[in-house]
Amino acid sequence: MVEGQIAIDEYKTGNTEHHWDLKKIKSVHKVLTTYSYKKGEVNKGYTNRTLYVNLSTGVIQEKPVTDEMKKKFTGGRGFGLKLLWDSIKPTTRWNSEENELLITMGPLCGTTQYAGSGKSLCLSVSPSTNIICDCNVGGFFGPYLKFAGFDALELQGKAKEDVVVVIDGEKATVSIETAPLEEINTHLLNDQLTQMYATENTDKSRQKVSVVSSGRAAEHSYWGCLNFSFYDIRRKVPRIKQAGRGGLGTVLRDKKIKALVVKVERFDGVSNHPADPVSLAKVGTKLHREIRNLDRYQCNMRAVGTGHLVEIMDTYDLLPTENYRFGSFPKASKIYSPKFYELFTKIIPDGCWHGCTMACAKTVDGYTVMTGPYKGEKVTVDGPEYETIGACSNMSIWDPLWILEFNFYCDTYGIDTISAGTAIAFYMEMYEYGILNKERCSGLELCFGNADASLELLHRIARGDTGEFIIVAAKGARRVKDWIIQNGWGEKQLVEDTGMESKGLEFSEYVTKESLAMQGGYGLTLKGPQHDEAWLIFMDMVNNAIPTFQMKAEALHYFPMWRTWFGLNGLCKLPWNDIEPVNNAETSEPSKVPEHVQNYVEYQNAMTGWNVTKEDLILQSERCYNWQRAMNVWMGRGQRKDDWIPFRAMGPVTEMEYVSRKERYDKQLVEKLGMSQKDVEKMTVRERLTVLYEFRRDQYKKLADAVYYRRGWTPNGVPTPQKMKQLGFTDKKMLKMLQDKIDADEKNGLNVWGGTYGKGEQPPSTEKRYWEKWK
Amino acid sequence: MDHPTTVKILKFHAEKCKGCLECEKACSQVHFKTKEGGEKSAIRIMKTEKGYTMHVCDQRGLCLDMCPVGALTRRKNGVVWLEKDICIGCQACVGFCPIGAMRKSDVRIEPFKCISCGLCVRACPEKALELVEVPIADITQVVYYKLGA
Repeated sequence: MVEGQIAIDEYKTGNTEHHWDLKKIKSVHKVLTTYSYKKGEVNKGYTNRTLYVNLSTGVIQEKPVTDEMKKKFTGGRGFGLKLLWDSIKPTTRWNSEENELLITMGPLCGTTQYAGSGKSLCLSVSPSTNIICDCNVGGFFGPYLKFAGFDALELQGKAKEDVVVVIDGEKATVSIETAPLEEINTHLLNDQLTQMYATENTDKSRQKVSVVSSGRAAEHSYWGCLNFSFYDIRRKVPRIKQAGRGGLGTVLRDKKIKALVVKVERFDGVSNHPADPVSLAKVGTKLHREIRNLDRYQCNMRAVGTGHLVEIMDTYDLLPTENYRFGSFPKASKIYSPKFYELFTKIIPDGCWHGCTMACAKTVDGYTVMTGPYKGEKVTVDGPEYETIGACSNMSIWDPLWILEFNFYCDTYGIDTISAGTAIAFYMEMYEYGILNKERCSGLELCFGNADASLELLHRIARGDTGEFIIVAAKGARRVKDWIIQNGWGEKQLVEDTGMESKGLEFSEYVTKESLAMQGGYGLTLKGPQHDEAWLIFMDMVNNAIPTFQMKAEALHYFPMWRTWFGLNGLCKLPWNDIEPVNNAETSEPSKVPEHVQNYVEYQNAMTGWNVTKEDLILQSERCYNWQRAMNVWMGRGQRKDDWIPFRAMGPVTEMEYVSRKERYDKQLVEKLGMSQKDVEKMTVRERLTVLYEFRRDQYKKLADAVYYRRGWTPNGVPTPQKMKQLGFTDKKMLKMLQDKIDADEKNGLNVWGGTYGKGEQPPSTEKRYWEKWK
Repeated sequence: MDHPTTVKILKFHAEKCKGCLECEKACSQVHFKTKEGGEKSAIRIMKTEKGYTMHVCDQRGLCLDMCPVGALTRRKNGVVWLEKDICIGCQACVGFCPIGAMRKSDVRIEPFKCISCGLCVRACPEKALELVEVPIADITQVVYYKLGA
């Protein structure tokens, strides 16, 4: 394997080459609409306008970004929420005419000096959850969209036939063109479009094009993801990163968009026109040095990417195995990061945006596909990242090559590895119990570890197979739960407790049983059970640093707000705490990585010319976080009932799980519930499970109580108008909607705490309607 | 493709240096059309207790693999070259250079480095600088995480 100092044009992937007649493919494009715009310049991180495209009517227009909008919503995900609020209705669903797909990026996005500054934020009403789902994703599209002239792209309506939307920053035009002959699956489509729209037949020219696409399976499932391309001049392939969660690829294909293409004329290190480029370069270079000096002793991201987590999670009993029944497994060492390191091609840089020296985006080149329509082809597989490996361990797949196979097909078919893996793991558990079987699974033998059957399920989804199971399975764990229960095949409680979804979205890949705070990190969230709001397992479980409900609630306030901030600015979270300054452990709050927080204060000030403090960063987030929660309420969700999580996330569901960690659970019955060792020994495993079950469910309810109070919400989890006013919101429609909801909750007796408080215990407030006193 | 096998690098004869910094002034003339030297020079002469030391790129090329856009290449003469028009100013090469020889001035976003042009050699009144030809194989380091990048 070649490693290092190879001339860029000499590296060969060994991939199968395709020869398409691109002229012919392009010649049949019908241009439906073209819109010319005046080229603009980015000023201190903003272009100060957004782009609206209606696929039904062909209307394309620009919308101004006001200073007020920047003040309240900052950018990125905040802008997305604001634009959605102005465009959709509370009844809007994923496939409604008025539903929008938004791609935004934020003022810091496109910076090349600070690692992790190329994230796009994607928002839409999700098919899985019926509320807004936001995803962040790497790749060049977001930065290029900004350099082409826009702070956001807003796509509404549906095309009548397959189209591509092309934003040409060189000619300053936006066009909607029919695209009947292009492939649909990403690994081929991106290659075609990148070549087709590059101005010249050179790698440097192809690098100035970025494509957003999905794939065949997105058309038939709720797991559709968006693939964002970033052309690699060494490998000479458009590589991809995914906006995976919540089915945004499904929305893309529902709009009959085959792909979005953006291209830029040129850009450089100061295309964002920062207010203070000198300070920006200094703080960025400082971080590059830190990564250079410390990464190999810390996360080793530059060598193996996020896959370094596999061995850590396995060691701490946190690696999801057999649908989260267990957190470690004897075969797990087969998929530890050194196994993937052997397969990765090491021709750094591997950043998904220029200048990201964390370089966590790894690839396997020349991988020979083992199944399905591309069997025998040699391809570049982007990844696998930790979540994909965890999705596979969840299905009990312990062969790196099968993990690559799953990774490749999920990507090219345009589906989310996390949702697919977590859901299939649940189907497998149901199969093991006989609740599902070969007949009920349309002929698939979905037992744990059957990688072949998992892949076959993906192929059949992509083909549009009409087997009853295939159709339901493709809609995810929530719909399969309902289907099983309706058919009376399994005990309802068991099905509800084991299918790892909340709000309709599948869990990402961490076992949360022993960390109450992390259960909140998954459940008390905006879009669903995803660890991008908080990752508190070590802080809570290993270090026991936040023992009380109040402390956990503080963590579940601070960290979700802090992490939200990355999405407002177009940044990646990894360079915040997956690399730490050498003296971080000696600071007062190591979990916050104070020096890096200060970096971000300096970074935002250097870009925008503002004069913000670290508290202001949290305030920026708090505004958008509450706004999104309020929108969830507006859409009929965003309340206590929606924040529930299945018991598998809280503790052992089955006797087998209890017995597998018997010592741990027995000890807890004694230490946490005050039972005597003798009494515990007299009980059957089932009885012990029941006691633990009730205890842990109550703990979760108490956690929700504390968190809602800390966030300024009612006991039913509704943001209060008083809180919204404190945050500076004056939108009458929003404030009235919240007040009406709270009044209705009052009538329905929903403004009450969820936990059962015994002697010596108190809910967060004993006052009724405590929020009314807030000013 | 034919690859260069040798490259000229700067050799410093510390015992001859008197610290006049004519070399820095000549270098900043090449890169920034100014005789300021200092932060605008790719070669730096530092005074230490034991006399003068030189700080400059040794053309080992560890930065070559850091560049995401291919602005850094090894030219036919073996010199590691930064193409300013292609560079997108990310500073990855600056941050990852183990000897701090990829330099950045506040006046522009793109870094700069020694190109073995020899102007400093000619500018030195004491003949303390010399360009010597060395085999590239002897100085190459690959960017590979275990090797410091």
